[in-house]
Amino acid sequence: MKKVTNPIRTAIVRKVVDENYRVKTIELECDLPKALPGQFLMVWVPGAGEKPMSIGNSNPLTISVANVGKVSGELHELKPGGMVSFRGPLGKPFNIPERAKCILVVGGGYGVVPMYFLAKVARENKIDTLAVVGAKTAKDIVWEKQLFTVCKEVFITTDDGTRGMKGNVLAEAQRLIEGKKIDSVYACGPERMMEAVARLCMQHNVPCEVSVERYMKCGVGVCGSCAIGGKLCCVDGPVFSAQEALSFPEFGKAHRDASGRRI
Amino acid sequence: MASLECAFFKKRIKNPIILASGVLGMTKGSLEAACENGCGGVIAKSLTLEPRKGHDGPNIVETECGLLNAMGYPNPGIESGLAEFGGWARDEALIISIVGKDAGEFGQLAARVEEAKKTLGASAIEAAISCPHTPGYGTMAGQGTPESIKEITRAIKDKCSLPLIIKLSPSIPGEGKAAKAAEDAGADAINMGNSLGPGMKIDLARRKPILGFGVGGLTGPAIKPIIVRAVHDIYRSVKIPIIGTGGITTGEDAIEMMMAGASWVSAGSAVYYRGPKAFGEIAKEMKAWMEGNGVKSLPEITGCCP
Ligand SMILES: Cc1cc2nc3c(=O)[nH]c(=O)nc-3n(C[C@H](O)[C@H](O)[C@H](O)COP(=O)(O)OP(=O)(O)OC[C@H]3O[C@@H](n4cnc5c(N)ncnc54)[C@H](O)[C@@H]3O)c2cc1C
Ligand SMILES: Cc1cc2nc3c(=O)[nH]c(=O)nc-3n(C[C@H](O)[C@H](O)[C@H](O)COP(=O)(O)O)c2cc1C
Repeated sequence: MKKVTNPIRTAIVRKVVDENYRVKTIELECDLPKALPGQFLMVWVPGAGEKPMSIGNSNPLTISVANVGKVSGELHELKPGGMVSFRGPLGKPFNIPERAKCILVVGGGYGVVPMYFLAKVARENKIDTLAVVGAKTAKDIVWEKQLFTVCKEVFITTDDGTRGMKGNVLAEAQRLIEGKKIDSVYACGPERMMEAVARLCMQHNVPCEVSVERYMKCGVGVCGSCAIGGKLCCVDGPVFSAQEALSFPEFGKAHRDASGRRI
Repeated sequence: MASLECAFFKKRIKNPIILASGVLGMTKGSLEAACENGCGGVIAKSLTLEPRKGHDGPNIVETECGLLNAMGYPNPGIESGLAEFGGWARDEALIISIVGKDAGEFGQLAARVEEAKKTLGASAIEAAISCPHTPGYGTMAGQGTPESIKEITRAIKDKCSLPLIIKLSPSIPGEGKAAKAAEDAGADAINMGNSLGPGMKIDLARRKPILGFGVGGLTGPAIKPIIVRAVHDIYRSVKIPIIGTGGITTGEDAIEMMMAGASWVSAGSAVYYRGPKAFGEIAKEMKAWMEGNGVKSLPEITGCCP
């Protein structure tokens, strides 16, 4: 029998962790050995919808969800023993250059989630990771403890100085890029932040990849909702090289909503 | 040397392979990319009078034999849509697709396209009256009857001077009669056709239909035999040219559709099965088939199957 390429799977929730006032981490009773850092799942909540969620860990399969709307709100209602249905892993993963010894990851908000997964895989490959984590204020920081378990050093910045350095991630990232031998840089978080990191890396000639978010529907390169430049975020991304991302006229400037209108 | 070059109304296009509406075509950047990837023309995402978010997800689910989709016509609306797609200056043909709830809405949409015509750069306008999964539109609004087809066709012809393509559903009885109704009312071409159905796929673990809307239109390899038969019927019922759409993923599929009676073919799901470069690959395969079979130009094969 012919099989479908991206079947929907359903797994049982093992654990739900309250990270802060708006983010919960959901750990499933299932592994996804094929999943690579930077890839995502299309998570289906019957009756609510289906939305992309970054993979935070493949073993056990873990996602972290900010409660901002319909699907994410339903996911926040889940308790251990509940069900999560998903397709994936989907999308292109991060690339670590061959013979890399030290990488830098920069995360903002739930953008830290795929960065943990990347640092974990880097560690398994005997590569050091330095992490810069940015947030508005102390209580917005997520997955800090997990990052410490897989990174060589973690630097925290908050806009209001309630944790770590006061300021944004950029100055900290610049200090590290200029002061240490860093083989490649990865950023996931607010798009303006990623744009700034991408430019910084281009200036310093350090390879850099960013993880771009766009409104996705099909997740498999058909419907065109997540178009950016001439590419699709779901199959050509969400990970793009800094160079490619900066070549997109919309990067850091415009998104599209569910109807395709520029916002 | 076999040539795929052909006429598309006032234009000459490099091949008869056209991107189907609603696949990739939400943005001008995507349409341009499809052209770079080898198609001779592109049909933009269908536009409605007002912006539409579309149905809740899942919007697409793969089945063993094709794709089911229930997008629900997400689109930025005619104003933003024409601004997005306009200023088309490429050699490939741009076709603007419109969908309305009734002849009145189709007329209003056509009038907006006519107003924008000078700067738009479009070669034709297509009216989809055939979606099987959007309440108020297409087959869910009874737009597939000969009377309704005539009324809609006239309303558009009345307001817009671009060549008009009427896109029919393969799920209506008597495709030939439907196409004839469009021709009699002034349509310049027929597109057969839209997705088939609606169909349903149920998730066993959840015991629920997977698509957010419950049901959706079937596309891809599963529907090709039905489309080939419908195009064959229509070819015998009308004199205006036909776009054959449904399940084309290879050059041989395209040749088969043309033998049934199509002058052009359009493809959407092929992008899922073969990636964005599908169009160029289909073109290459068509050319190889023609060369291997002593066919020099496309008109030799259109409708050659009795
Ligand atoms: C590749 C990719 C990876 C993603 N990874 C994650 C992840 O790991 N964790 C996670 O929580 N989300 C992630 N998202 C975002 C997620 O897919 C949804 O957009 C988000 O959960 C909102 O869906 P909803 O149905 O809950 O909200 P909706 O009901 O669709 O929207 C409710 C409101 O929230 C706004 N909104 C939509 N998205 C966001 C957002 N991201 N932040 C703030 N407001 C928003 C909408 O504009 C709307 O006003 C990712 C998106 C992409 C494209
Ligand atoms: C995701 C998706 C969205 C579609 N959206 C539209 C649309 O907006 N307007 C339309 O006329 N047809 C739409 N269609 C139908 C296609 O244009 C085409 O008729 C159908 O997919 C059959 O061709 P295929 O088998 O090559 O995909 C859509 C199809 C898919 C798969």
